[in-house]
Amino acid sequence: MNTQILKVNGLTMDFGGIRALNSLDLDVNRGEIVALIGPNGAGKTTFFNCITGIYAPTEGEVYLAAPGSDTSVSLKGLKPNQVTEKGLARTFQNIRLFAKMTVLENVMIGRHCRTKAFVLGAVFRNKATRDEEQSILETSYAILQKVGLEQYVNEFANNLPYGAQRRLEVARALATEPLLLLLDEPAAGMNPQETIELEKLIKEISSEGQSILLIEHDMTLVMSLSDRIFVMDYGKKIAEGTPVEIRENPAVIKAYLGEDVDA
Amino acid sequence: MDYFIELLFSGLTRGSIYALIALGYTMVYGIIGLINFAHGEIYMIGAFTAFIVATVLSIYGFPLLAIIVIAGVAAAVWSSAYGYTIEKIAYKPLRHAPRLSPLISAIGMSIFLQNYVLLAQTSDFLPFPALIPEFEFMEPVAHIVGSSDLVILITTTIVMLILTYIIKFTRVGKAMRATAQDRTMAMLVGINVNQIISATFIIGSALAAIGGLLIASHIGQINFYIGFIAGIKAFTAAVLGGIGSIPGAVLGSLVLGLTESFATGYVSSDYEDVFAFSLLVLILIFKPSGLLGKAETKKV
Repeated sequence: MNTQILKVNGLTMDFGGIRALNSLDLDVNRGEIVALIGPNGAGKTTFFNCITGIYAPTEGEVYLAAPGSDTSVSLKGLKPNQVTEKGLARTFQNIRLFAKMTVLENVMIGRHCRTKAFVLGAVFRNKATRDEEQSILETSYAILQKVGLEQYVNEFANNLPYGAQRRLEVARALATEPLLLLLDEPAAGMNPQETIELEKLIKEISSEGQSILLIEHDMTLVMSLSDRIFVMDYGKKIAEGTPVEIRENPAVIKAYLGEDVDA
Repeated sequence: MDYFIELLFSGLTRGSIYALIALGYTMVYGIIGLINFAHGEIYMIGAFTAFIVATVLSIYGFPLLAIIVIAGVAAAVWSSAYGYTIEKIAYKPLRHAPRLSPLISAIGMSIFLQNYVLLAQTSDFLPFPALIPEFEFMEPVAHIVGSSDLVILITTTIVMLILTYIIKFTRVGKAMRATAQDRTMAMLVGINVNQIISATFIIGSALAAIGGLLIASHIGQINFYIGFIAGIKAFTAAVLGGIGSIPGAVLGSLVLGLTESFATGYVSSDYEDVFAFSLLVLILIFKPSGLLGKAETKKV
């Protein structure tokens, strides 16, 4: 079986005259945690927006391995909801929960693309609809337990503490049964305690075989979580490798710290 | 006192019909931020469909209850088809256009549908068959509350409960709320937003059609123009209650219905519309977001 779950070839994104992504290649293997790092404005979030269908990339291909087969599907030209259906789910840098819905409802929304009941089902409530609603409820509860939010089920999402809101975003993404989970700066704004809990959560999800691609600025977290790291700067990939290789890569150090004046 | 109760019930009846239409305005506004000015015409088409179906069925001698149910379902289905098509033709291509464009498109759609029905039917008032019989048990109070008032109130209540259930608890309802709150995020969690918008138009249109059937049978006549004034009134009610808010639309409708009814009863029926729209002006001056609407804070 194909070990690659995500394969990105030569992804380029132009905004007018600005090239935000420049022929970027990236791949994620099944079960891996891969980190995408780089200075602010390097194009990391643009990359996420391109592969999830929010932006239509100018050039390049994105393939996602179909579950349990050797073939992979191209995500090019798909709408965000179709991309999610194919198995790519994401969280956001600035939290985007459905604030006026409860914690449980937020997760149940994630089940939407894996279920089908529609208007007629909602009006007539046949057995299939009732069974489906029951299964949505059970799955959502199980996910909330996994991320440790079961005490908040009936709270409104915006009343949750910050760290819990972040975990709820992860829960909602997990509810879509993603092949690959995309986390956009999951630790941003968290206090050290919350970061430690987040690290534990990500490791736990990963240990169940979930493939993860994350953008993160917290280097301690990146180094301890990642199997491989991609480094971007000015829309280009400047390095890739294991955490140890990346730590010693001169190009990375230059991108982060600037050039040494004396050298 | 009897007179007061009579006015109260007639106000509630009016209000519930407004509510059935206002819900369509408010739901569509909530989800795509558009005032669907063609919505009144959907209601008019619902009334015409019910009229045609009911007339045919009564020629064939169907029992009254069967006529009501079949005409109601036919009106709901046919109006929903209109609502769905209008959205696809007139609004969807303009979804990313400036806000004024779909608004103009909606007004155009409204004028088109009015004239289309004018040509297809006539400009005359057509007598609508009285579908709701006078119940015997209502006889002692018949001079205060008519049987059709009762039927309208009960039907509307049931329809509202079903709607509330759908919005609050079902998969479609949750997706509708999610889409209303954050359309991009809704897409990213895998919701087919186009489908949900269509569903909103279908549900709103079905509600308006049921309103059309009920009011036509209550008043006893219809023509191509009834959608315009009913649409404006229901829109007023939706704004009164806070546009985008579902309980707001119901509350606004009841307030508007009662205001009109009491104004007609105690002042003069000539001033019915004056009171209705003065109320709108007052609300817009003192609480622009409506009775239950939340003030919007624009992020810059």
